[in-house]
Amino acid sequence: MSNLILVIWTIIKIMMVMVPLLLSVAWLPYAERKIIGYMQIRIGPNRVGPRGWLQPIADAMKLMFKEITVPASANKVLFLLSPVLCIAAALGAWAVIPFSDALVLSNCNVGLLYVLAISSMGVYGIIIAGWASNSKYSFLGSMRSTAQMVAYEISMGFALVGVVVGAGSLNLGSIVHAQQGGLFHWFWFPMLPLLVIYFISAVAETNRAPFDVTEGESEIVAGFHLEYSGMSFAVFFLAEYANMILVSMLASLLFLGGWLSPFEGVPILGEPSIFWLLLKVSFFLLLYLWFRATFPRYRYDQIMRLGWKVFIPITIAWLLLIGALVVTGWAWWNV
Amino acid sequence: MESFLFYLFSTILLVAATAVITVRHTVRAALSLVLVFFTSAALWVLLEAEFLAVTLVVVYVGAVMVLFLFVVMMIDTNTTVLREGFTKYLPLGVLVAVTMAAEMFLALGSPGFGGMAAPAPHPASYNNVAELGSILYTQYVYPFELASVILLVAIIAAIALTFRRRPGTKYQDPARQVSVRRADCVRLVQMPAARKTPAP
Repeated sequence: MSNLILVIWTIIKIMMVMVPLLLSVAWLPYAERKIIGYMQIRIGPNRVGPRGWLQPIADAMKLMFKEITVPASANKVLFLLSPVLCIAAALGAWAVIPFSDALVLSNCNVGLLYVLAISSMGVYGIIIAGWASNSKYSFLGSMRSTAQMVAYEISMGFALVGVVVGAGSLNLGSIVHAQQGGLFHWFWFPMLPLLVIYFISAVAETNRAPFDVTEGESEIVAGFHLEYSGMSFAVFFLAEYANMILVSMLASLLFLGGWLSPFEGVPILGEPSIFWLLLKVSFFLLLYLWFRATFPRYRYDQIMRLGWKVFIPITIAWLLLIGALVVTGWAWWNV
Repeated sequence: MESFLFYLFSTILLVAATAVITVRHTVRAALSLVLVFFTSAALWVLLEAEFLAVTLVVVYVGAVMVLFLFVVMMIDTNTTVLREGFTKYLPLGVLVAVTMAAEMFLALGSPGFGGMAAPAPHPASYNNVAELGSILYTQYVYPFELASVILLVAIIAAIALTFRRRPGTKYQDPARQVSVRRADCVRLVQMPAARKTPAP
């Protein structure tokens, strides 16, 4: 009986994470279209509902009622399985994300490593989608995506190792606690290059502009999801935006002090709160949109050069510096 | 509950492991291998070895198998050629299989594996990552460093074996591209304005 109650309670808690997440995933594309619109001195979507606020609902309806086509020569099982793999990886990683001291689904000791492991599974969805579609464009797209994700996972991993060395823990909650004590105890300050590299690698990991050669409309049409339509395409889309939010969440937890306030010590503003966390996440999401409106697409060999020859050496050098600070006891944050 | 999960994961693991060697299609075999790694990680989580389990997923599922699939998808395997000479190699294969089975019986039947009780559950505050780290970097530091050096040698050897400089290839040097100045590319030429010749 108590087992049953535990299961139901866990499902309720999962819902409490998933429902707000999926709602933000639905409205993030609207925010993207609006913000990029304003950056380009346009208005953006404004037809459905007041100022276009109901646009995501209209989009969802359209995608739901479209036919799901499966190409005749595709591998049907894998073709339909790959979007599921993508979204499972994108949502599964949220299990260990803490939202405040008490609000955490699973306070796992290896939380950060778990997030890395689960989000690295997402690449299977993309590879299998490209392969199962049995189309040259899709296959080229998934090949590009795989090579890019493998390359940038390394620099991202090294940047995260810097954080782990600094905090002395793999638990996301403890990493936030290690940054307590004001703006300059947050890890963005001692690890600024790691933050920059982490976020750029994360943009490359999520296949967003300016690293979206996997979709490259001008040369490979739409890349790995070319053959998908209706809901099967929408699931890829949802997974991409859920991943964007996840990566922004990680960046704010690991480098910007999570739910800690920038005004520590001030009476009301200094309280740690989930609103600070959401504010920081929104900042990183804005950066994503800003990049997309600003930068032209990278050329493929330049992406590879940036990942392997620039980012990895910088992260290794900075890792040594952080290690030296921690070992000599000169680290000013709470090791 | 725990034994139910154990048998569930073990069944999935055995079915997937069988599929790896029986499925004819190479991509499906590789995907089954991914499932094998993932379920064995799940079994390790049941044994409270969550660090090792997650590392297994990061290394094998996230990195090794991705590259493996990458290669398997690129090459076109001809299964009829692969199955040629099945009867010729059968006796040797049976011999190897029987030897391995016998060795595993001997090893797993030894008293060390026999009566091991399930580990007592640890309190929620127990951190096996810290335990593992402290043992790895104190008691076993030399074997650990030695293993990493061997891996480094293997990495360098793999690069050295495949790295060959082709003579005619053109490379871009981004440092030189960035340092280009206007004077290197544009020459301003002063010319007197052409005068319209008056019509005759």
